Amino acid sequence: MYPVPINTDYVEKVIQEEKPDSIMLGFGGQTALNCGVALHERGILQKYGIRVLGTQINGIEITEDRQLFKDAMAKSNVPVLQSHAVNSIEEAKKAANEIGYPVIIRVAYTLGGRGGGVAYNELDLEEIVQRGLNLSMVHQVLIEKYVGHWKQIEYEVMRDYSGNSIIVCNMENVLSMRVHTGDNIVIAPSQTLNNFEYHMLRSAAIRAVSHCGIVGECNIQFALDPTSEQYTAIEINARLSRSSALASKATGYPLAYMAAKIALGYTLPELLNKITKVTTACFEPSLDYVVLKMPRWDFSKFELVKRKLGSAMKSVGEVMAIGRNFEEVLQKAIRMSSIGKDGLVANGNSHQETDIERIEQALLQPNDEIIFAVVQAMKAGMSIERIYQLSAIDPWFLTKIKNIVEMEEQLIKAGNFDPEVVRKAKKIGFSDRQIARCFNSDEMQVRSLREKAGIRPVVKQIDTLAAEWPAKTNYLYLTYGGIADDVVVKDVKNKSRMIVLGAGPYRIGSSVEFDWGTVNMVWGLKENGVKEISVINCNPETVSTDYDICDRLYFEELTLERVLDICDKEHPTGIVTCVGGQTANNLTPKLAKNGIKIIGTSSEDVDRAEDRAKFGQLLDQVGIKQPAWSKFTSLAEAKGFAESVGYPVLVRPSYVLSGAAMKVVWGDQQLERFLTDATNVSPDHPVVISKFLQDAAEVEVDAVADGKDVVIGAIIEHIDNAGIHSGDAMMCIPPWRLDRNTIDTITDYTVRIGRSLNVKGPFNIQYLVKDDQVSVIEANVRASRSMPFVSKFAGLNLINLAAKAMLGRPLPASAKDLWLKAPGFGVKVPQFSFMQLEGSDIVLGVEMQSTGEVACFGSSFYDALSKAYMAAGYSLPLSGSALITIGGQKNKEKLLPLISMITSMNYKILATEHTAEFMENNKVKDVQLVHKISEPNRKPNIADLLYERKIDFIINIPATSTIEKYVGMLYDEYQIRRKAVEMGVPVLTTAESASSFIKTLQWLRSNTPKLGPLGNYVKLD
Amino acid sequence: MLEDGTIFEGTGFGYPTEIAGEVVFNTGMVGYTETLTDPSYRGQILCMTYPLIGNYGVPSFDIKDEYGLPKYFESDKIQVKALLIHDLSDVASHWTCTKTLDQWLYEEKIPGVYGIDTRELTKKLRVHGVMMGVVSVSDKGPVDNARLKKLVAGAKYEGLNFMPEVSTSEVREYGDKDKDCVVLLDTGTKYSIIRNIMRTGYRAVRMPWDASYDQIMSYKPKGVVVSNGPGDPKVCTSTIKTASKLIKTSTPTLGICLGNQILALAGGADTYKLKFGHRGQNKPCVDLRDNQAYVTSQNHGYGIDPKSLEGTGFKVWFSNADDDTVEGIEHSTKPVIAVQFHPEASPGPYDCMFVFDRFKQIIDSGRITDGVKEAAKKKSKGGRKRVAKR
Repeated sequence: MYPVPINTDYVEKVIQEEKPDSIMLGFGGQTALNCGVALHERGILQKYGIRVLGTQINGIEITEDRQLFKDAMAKSNVPVLQSHAVNSIEEAKKAANEIGYPVIIRVAYTLGGRGGGVAYNELDLEEIVQRGLNLSMVHQVLIEKYVGHWKQIEYEVMRDYSGNSIIVCNMENVLSMRVHTGDNIVIAPSQTLNNFEYHMLRSAAIRAVSHCGIVGECNIQFALDPTSEQYTAIEINARLSRSSALASKATGYPLAYMAAKIALGYTLPELLNKITKVTTACFEPSLDYVVLKMPRWDFSKFELVKRKLGSAMKSVGEVMAIGRNFEEVLQKAIRMSSIGKDGLVANGNSHQETDIERIEQALLQPNDEIIFAVVQAMKAGMSIERIYQLSAIDPWFLTKIKNIVEMEEQLIKAGNFDPEVVRKAKKIGFSDRQIARCFNSDEMQVRSLREKAGIRPVVKQIDTLAAEWPAKTNYLYLTYGGIADDVVVKDVKNKSRMIVLGAGPYRIGSSVEFDWGTVNMVWGLKENGVKEISVINCNPETVSTDYDICDRLYFEELTLERVLDICDKEHPTGIVTCVGGQTANNLTPKLAKNGIKIIGTSSEDVDRAEDRAKFGQLLDQVGIKQPAWSKFTSLAEAKGFAESVGYPVLVRPSYVLSGAAMKVVWGDQQLERFLTDATNVSPDHPVVISKFLQDAAEVEVDAVADGKDVVIGAIIEHIDNAGIHSGDAMMCIPPWRLDRNTIDTITDYTVRIGRSLNVKGPFNIQYLVKDDQVSVIEANVRASRSMPFVSKFAGLNLINLAAKAMLGRPLPASAKDLWLKAPGFGVKVPQFSFMQLEGSDIVLGVEMQSTGEVACFGSSFYDALSKAYMAAGYSLPLSGSALITIGGQKNKEKLLPLISMITSMNYKILATEHTAEFMENNKVKDVQLVHKISEPNRKPNIADLLYERKIDFIINIPATSTIEKYVGMLYDEYQIRRKAVEMGVPVLTTAESASSFIKTLQWLRSNTPKLGPLGNYVKLD
Repeated sequence: MLEDGTIFEGTGFGYPTEIAGEVVFNTGMVGYTETLTDPSYRGQILCMTYPLIGNYGVPSFDIKDEYGLPKYFESDKIQVKALLIHDLSDVASHWTCTKTLDQWLYEEKIPGVYGIDTRELTKKLRVHGVMMGVVSVSDKGPVDNARLKKLVAGAKYEGLNFMPEVSTSEVREYGDKDKDCVVLLDTGTKYSIIRNIMRTGYRAVRMPWDASYDQIMSYKPKGVVVSNGPGDPKVCTSTIKTASKLIKTSTPTLGICLGNQILALAGGADTYKLKFGHRGQNKPCVDLRDNQAYVTSQNHGYGIDPKSLEGTGFKVWFSNADDDTVEGIEHSTKPVIAVQFHPEASPGPYDCMFVFDRFKQIIDSGRITDGVKEAAKKKSKGGRKRVAKR
């Protein structure tokens, strides 16, 4: 494993090192595919005699190049939409006029529909085409007829070298062609297609895929006219994709595994079905359930972001619900999304929109709340026909949604627990909480009445063959659509049987790190003697939901109700909630209250860390400092507190992850607004206000404790100062600026807090360091975001260690201080999706915004950092122009040394008025004055320079006090940042990040980053 | 109620009545209009494993395809005795839809039950094999279980001759009078077999199941197709007799499903009843000429005993990749081929349409030809042996 950027330079170096004879390109998403094509174009594959396994470069090119694709489809007798590939705005206008508006612009060689869009007129067209051309690796976009109201149907195809082809799954997009499939609500199999249409498209899929020479797995998308048999192919993804992962989980057919075997030369008939273990893999799964994928968006984290859904993907994760009817899976999926809803309806304090025009707009221009807009429309009395016309959601889906809306009325009408109504409600996916709300009762009361009435879910198995052959695996879901359990787990005493809770959908602040945690926990528990382990999770993108990771996989909701249902079936000896991020963690006290044993740190101790008041007391007891804080009780008191400690202050709710609703507040007015937001986000838990320390360094520690001993995984230093959320901060192990004393203090504090909290398992503590003073921000008694990074750096699997501790075994002495012995540096850099999130500002704050991360390792700080920058997609220009705009006198002065460094490195400096004036006053030579985007007539203008690619990087530091953020003058800065993001130009928005970026450039002038494989984990006794 | 006494309760739809039959399951996820009108289901109560049925409603019989046959149906009426499903779509959505499934069943006097645990029922049939059962849809309160028990005990499927019910009573012709003809021996044919005879350029002459060799020959056919159909092939004695004459006289003949079994019996081989049959659209079959695998549509409860093929002149053409059952046979010297699956699809995948094209090649050349598609031959890497254990 080489932790290096996925680009031709690094891959070539790895090829030189490893001398492989072949390469697979279809498993690393678009990044790997693009890299593979580039390796071929540069002659690297040919030079080293490397064979491509699976789909050949030629096939990849056909599917990636719009014109080649069109030709190929024509040859395979598969219709495509009228379209033109263009390379300039003029050509685009001509094409659009010929086709007629609206048109859709698609970008060649891009990821997630990036940069595309629908143009209703020439004005839209110019903007989208310009952006698209700049984004395309081949400077090409496609202008195509827009068929938003057509059905969007996808097929997942497997094909081997001998031409055997099967369809593993077909899927229908509920929001039609209007919305990118990544942002669409997707159901498998298709629901509104008849036999002729299903198989017409199926045959077309096989013809098209065969013609392109696909070997392995691919996804093909079609648009189907809802009023005739007319259809067109939209695109083929010649690789494993998000849809493939979904199809794998939806059917139980392990697509990636089979695709790898096929790439190696196996034929489909000689491979075995991994579920039945007797039948062949050359078959088409038959489902006796339905599956629904619901995307998870995180727009609330981004100010100014446009929430509208369309041809560019904006979601950050997804969930998948399995059930026996549409209503059930829809309501399950909404709960699984963890967006604070208990289902489609009966969510409490939901406001009924009465303005029909607003509802119509919401249906016409879908955003992340489209499904709720449909409910609003129904409640406002709009007909299904009318809703269909506006939303392009097939009446079949709408009718089913209506069933749910009507059931809510029935429940309310029933007034109290009527077993027959409740039984029906459960069958269409109502949760106990929804039902309780209709009855003015509470969840646990409904549960107990329901159980008394014998209304219980059953466990069903996913077997790929609709029960025709017995399954040898336990891939399970719960449903009210049945009378008998497929799998019965006997309640055997004295047998260790545990449940591990996963983390649910990927979202900002909870991503693949918790999947890593879940999987490693399962393995760790197994290694340490636990006999049977079940996993509960609902994210189709994860490894923890592979059915062969654990003994029984419940692809289910992470709600109290469902976890208790599963406990009723499983009779577990205990449950692990510390590796599933905040979702699982929040269930800890509730599960404990219901008599489920929590494995690891006790529920009371977790609460002592989460509850600020209790945690504050604990810190006082052990004599550890923390910034002044106060629990929010009234606005007057809050203001009083803020005045006494002085603004800025930090407002935040408890029991939340990724800083949801957390804000730095600079004045009374803001305080009032954010306090309201924060109490809404977490109504059950107190909101806390604390003093915000400016210019402090932030440090965090990942550790494991066994109740007595504490093993420090590593101490990690943020490269940015405190104020940037830890998920968005660049960070480094070991700390490169802290002195020995500070490290010792932090180590000591960590051990003391770990012991005081009686931690048994993983935990993470965040510290502030200012003027050599260490204070604690917070402690999280669970697996943290940085644990995979720390584990890889230290060569020590923290979760494996945690499993040991949680089962009551002592931590091995050999695990201690391993991180101090690891050579070199590790740097983690966040990955943002601002490009996809139209309108969002890239200035970071206390609320997390990054959607991914990279980590690279090196022999020096800059060796690691330079690679991490590249891996995160930063271009590192060794010459060129830098645009510098700095807000506030203090910031300007702070950055002066850096500016002279930039000039000494011979970059040309461009600056806006005030910054330029400041530089000239401070004897910085050759500063070129440039003008704001909002003054397009004043030349040279930043917008032009960006488009002409005459700016190589930007240092844009907003005034420290964000009090004026987003008002008036700062809008200009926002525009610079936004345009730069759209053009792929690096933008540095803090003094620290600017400094590390420039120093990296300087280091690169005389150094070359080193290549080295990641060492294996240390085996501990 | 099943013959072992198990009762599955649900909500009735369609026509309220009581009826007994052999209970079978089908794993296809689309195509209920085609499935329900497939004459091979005669005498059977059908359980669909896919839970949501009726979504796209029922189209009009008046929508005809390019051959003048109802596009979305395989015969003129519902053939199953009763329908068992998990969830019924009471509102249907499709541009071709003219009525709901419920309405259609009511009009055709077929009972249906929804809301039953179809997966549990399927597992039962998988473990015990197909069973007789009785469906009771009543709008008059509780059902008398004792009466049902008697009904199911008295019901019979095996050994029944369904031919008089499913076969045409008179000769019917389809297509252009000027074209050469292929005779279709109707043992319960699906429309799609007629469609494919016409697609390959012939006029189809559909004749009753018991038409004699001489009657067939009076049309001077280029070839004969023995169709699909319900029940035990062994009861179709007169068709078997005709078929053996067709083989002896080297008449180009294609058998499909029941027709496959009839040709095997005519050649001297034996057939047997499968435990719970093959009914679905996802069945993998391997063409033994080039080891290509195809996903096929199937609906059969009987199969050919592979050992009995020895000495009959027939050899296995297609083999089921899951359980190695015989999925097709070809004669080594005579122009006779047959498949157990449904190359005409509908419902199901169109991947094996080439069976009809091979039949046309055989007619054209007048003898059995290998006919492996050249393209497939070129592509095939061959070589590797199948490692899958059965």
